[in-house]
Amino acid sequence: MQFKAKFKPGNLLKKNLTVYFAFIAIFVFFSVYLGSTFLSVNNILNITRQTAMISVMAIGMTFVIGSGMIDLSIGSTTALSAMVVALVLRSTNNIFLGLIAGLAVGATVGAVNGFLVTKTKIPAFLTTLGTMQVVRGLAMRTTNNQAVPILNDDFTFIFGVGDIGGIPVLLFWTVFFAIIGYFLLNRFSFGRHVLATGGNEAATKFSGINTDWIKIKVMVLSGVLASFAGILYAGRLQAGRHTFGEGDELSVIAAVILGGTSIAGGNGSIMGAIIGSVLMGVINNGLTLAGLPVADRTIVSGAIIILATAITNRTKIKKAFKRKESDDGK
Amino acid sequence: MDYILEMKDICKSFGGVAALKNADLQLEKGHILSLIGGNGAGKSTLMKILTGVYTRDSGEILLDGKPVSFRSYDEAGKAGIRMIFQEFSLVPTLTVYENVFLSNEKKTKARLLDKTAMIAKTKELLESLGMDISPEAEVGSLSVGYCQMVEIAKALSTDAKILVLDEPTASLSDNEVNILFQTIRRLKEQGVSMIYISHRMNEILEISDDVLILRDGQVVAAEKADALTIPDIISHMLGDSVEKSFAWVPRKNPPSNETMLEAKDLKISGMDEPVSFDIKKGEILGIAGLMGSGRTEILQALFGMRKCESGTISIDGEEIKIRRVKDAIKAGVALVPENRRTEGLVLEHTVKENAILPVLERLKGRLLVSEKRADIMVTDKVRELNVKTDGIHKVISLLSGGNQQKIVIAKWLASEPKVLLLDEPTAGIDIGAKGEITEIIRNFADAGNSVIIVSSELVELMAVCDRILIAYKGRITGEFDRTEIASEEVLQHAIQG
Repeated sequence: MQFKAKFKPGNLLKKNLTVYFAFIAIFVFFSVYLGSTFLSVNNILNITRQTAMISVMAIGMTFVIGSGMIDLSIGSTTALSAMVVALVLRSTNNIFLGLIAGLAVGATVGAVNGFLVTKTKIPAFLTTLGTMQVVRGLAMRTTNNQAVPILNDDFTFIFGVGDIGGIPVLLFWTVFFAIIGYFLLNRFSFGRHVLATGGNEAATKFSGINTDWIKIKVMVLSGVLASFAGILYAGRLQAGRHTFGEGDELSVIAAVILGGTSIAGGNGSIMGAIIGSVLMGVINNGLTLAGLPVADRTIVSGAIIILATAITNRTKIKKAFKRKESDDGK
Repeated sequence: MDYILEMKDICKSFGGVAALKNADLQLEKGHILSLIGGNGAGKSTLMKILTGVYTRDSGEILLDGKPVSFRSYDEAGKAGIRMIFQEFSLVPTLTVYENVFLSNEKKTKARLLDKTAMIAKTKELLESLGMDISPEAEVGSLSVGYCQMVEIAKALSTDAKILVLDEPTASLSDNEVNILFQTIRRLKEQGVSMIYISHRMNEILEISDDVLILRDGQVVAAEKADALTIPDIISHMLGDSVEKSFAWVPRKNPPSNETMLEAKDLKISGMDEPVSFDIKKGEILGIAGLMGSGRTEILQALFGMRKCESGTISIDGEEIKIRRVKDAIKAGVALVPENRRTEGLVLEHTVKENAILPVLERLKGRLLVSEKRADIMVTDKVRELNVKTDGIHKVISLLSGGNQQKIVIAKWLASEPKVLLLDEPTAGIDIGAKGEITEIIRNFADAGNSVIIVSSELVELMAVCDRILIAYKGRITGEFDRTEIASEEVLQHAIQG
């Protein structure tokens, strides 16, 4: 018998490797097929710019799905938070105040979601379907559908268009949150509590953990990360618009599932979620460069999501069957 | 004689262990046959073979004199054999008639659902059972007793000839039991034959015509019910051999006189009367009772999973309020829950992840959970409790039941409790692991801690407990010191009320 955990790179990436293979396969395919138009430093950095917001939200969504919930309100939260940031900057020109106000939006939406899910027992899907609409409406309300330009160059540099040493700030932010997310999920007791809640809520309660409180925290985390994604949208596009993040919730969920997190909850991988969202960015970018019209691009990326998820889940489905069989003979 | 069902020489083993040895069963047409036996005696295996869930290794089944062999529950159902399960197979969000005709819907010529016909037929069935339930009521709104009636109606809608009732009264109130018995008698008059499984001997003698007693996979008695008394049944069930592994072992450190935990006039929600009891330091206290007797409720109340309407709990002489699980853990109370799979473990997580769940806060360095300390702690516990696993990073669902249970216990020992509550700690695990778990419990108490065990296996309670409380229908009705219990019969009588 050996009990020592051997260091394997696989442990770091958390067991489910399919997404990494899928990523490599698709990356190699586009590199060969499109050559240097795809495989240039510029294009690669561009992909990281395009996917930063999805990646940041996917980190939060990993916790949400891992704890057995879903959060559909994140796309709308990015919009409301971007609007609020833009408005605060217009009136005060204070980046710090803008940031606080923007993040407060996300924290509030998350807290409301968490409260509704745990106290009124409305399923997360319905709760966040509702708040998604309400928050989107509020974003429109702030300025009567008008966009608010952001003229503070420091803000747009730090949170959007800037490059430091040739590396886009958006990539820095992605890495920054990925590291925080990784530690939070894998090395803090909070992460273990989250996955245990998603894996078996009753057993977690029996272990003395307040699962309601865990769920509220997870929703707040998701809201805060979504509002940060909103800040990045505002920085990158140098404005607040109520249309930001429309449909992002679905791309984020797809990225997380693609990354090996089970939709049923109980497990989760931050690395997987990041790779999942970059993979979707790569597909979109590659298909665009290949000259596919929007319609075809949409069809192909949908099909790829289904295919990749099917492959990612294949091992899991097999395992589930095995478990069932061994249950029968007692 | 006119047998509707005969099972002859049925043998079945699992992985080399014989679960049934040449079992015979004869059911007369229109009779009620009761099946009695301890846990693991082979009752459920025999019924699973009858209903096509398991295949037999050898033997013969004759239905109406013709040999049959069912490959699935569905096939058995089509032949007229239906089982009413303990956990009802009803969909709570559908109405009564929708449940009754689920998978067997009546349709009109146009292939649409024939709602009128289904409602009429359901009404007729329920009336024949003497039940006044609206066919259009939602099942989720009905009480357990009524759900059972719906379940029976569902079985009858397919013209069942033989009904197997698996512990039908376990979660019923007295009044509901009476109604069920009236229904059973009515069905009998209509010519339905029934196999009735129960641990409640009074009820068995009241309702059945014939009794079949199983022990260790063998039929030890097949008699007319009126020729039997409860003592007869108990002595058949137990036989004369008491298993050696469950013999009482003298404790290294006998319980002290100091009180560890005291519950005073504790009115637990869901129980009829307030309960009072105490446990000494180093004592192992058993609670014996049938399902629904309140045994689980007592443990849940001490662990903060169930509300107490009044009364006090004190530990070490200090009165404490246990409102939530957290309060209980802080006070040094731990619970190994009744259902390991749904309440004890996160099955898809690893041994280590499960074992450290309640103690993560303690494994923290300044900020992060120390993986090293977690590994050391879990590895130690795995060795100490002799858990058979390839490693602490193995997914726990791949371990055997006994080893899974050891992890549930490990998880709580790690929190260093003073009072360990165990609800059916050895249910569904093999005999070797049972012995080991018994030993773990003894060692824990020898260290000056207290233990409360709830178990349906009375021999097991007798093997470890210093004292046993009897729970019956939501009350504590008796208390035995270890020395007062001459044999398992004494306890069996006590829990039958």
